[in-house]
Amino acid sequence: MNEQRYATAGKATVTRDTVTVQLEGELDHCSADRVRASLDALIADQHVKRLVIDLNGLSFMDSSGIGVIIGRYRTLSRRNGSIAVRGLSPQVDRIFQMSGLYQIVEKCR
Amino acid sequence: MESNVMRLQFDSRPENESFARVVIAAFLVQLNPTLETVTDVKTAVSEAVTNAVVHAYPRGGKGTITLAAELLPGEQTIRIEVSDEGVGIPDIDQAMEPLFTTQPEMERSGMGFAVMQGFMDSLAVTSEVGKGTRVVMTKKVGGETPEN
Repeated sequence: MNEQRYATAGKATVTRDTVTVQLEGELDHCSADRVRASLDALIADQHVKRLVIDLNGLSFMDSSGIGVIIGRYRTLSRRNGSIAVRGLSPQVDRIFQMSGLYQIVEKCR
Repeated sequence: MESNVMRLQFDSRPENESFARVVIAAFLVQLNPTLETVTDVKTAVSEAVTNAVVHAYPRGGKGTITLAAELLPGEQTIRIEVSDEGVGIPDIDQAMEPLFTTQPEMERSGMGFAVMQGFMDSLAVTSEVGKGTRVVMTKKVGGETPEN
């Protein structure tokens, strides 16, 4: 099977207290654990206060992605941090709206 | 045109969630859906199959999931059924409440059924404890201009 289909955390950049990361592929229950572990590693440093997730390269996401986002939000909110997303497809945007994720996650450009 | 039916059985494994999405998208193409409709249907099927993978056969149990679909060209509708022969759902109304999850520690969102409802035209869930669960969804595909 083509491993590339599964979502992975791609290129990440760190600027002061902000980590920006690109997610690529398909984020579902099967790939959620791997993405979760990658994002946790990126924000493990207590100095990281903001995580910006670029979803431009994400070709699919179902509700498994909601749990991934909420879990990282909990980690960052414990240190008064925040989480933002950008580059959402209309389908992923609807899942964010449906689940109320925009109450805790900022949508940025 | 006559209706067209397909039925596929596969192991309850996470790897088969994406497999089910690919299959339903390929089958649906016969009704000339828009890209948006294909994505909606793939999302709903992904949720239904994931529910079965996560909940139907707990504690490492093995089982099968059946994905069946019928294209109704006269009505420009797809009818999809995802079923398992697992433990069943004791309280369907509770399971369908948005944000309800039996696995918060696993970061499950409890939004699976809500997403199915949001992305499809109809959703019906029947279940019997110890016998399994059946999810039936329909979506109208007609009246659209194919994008590709």
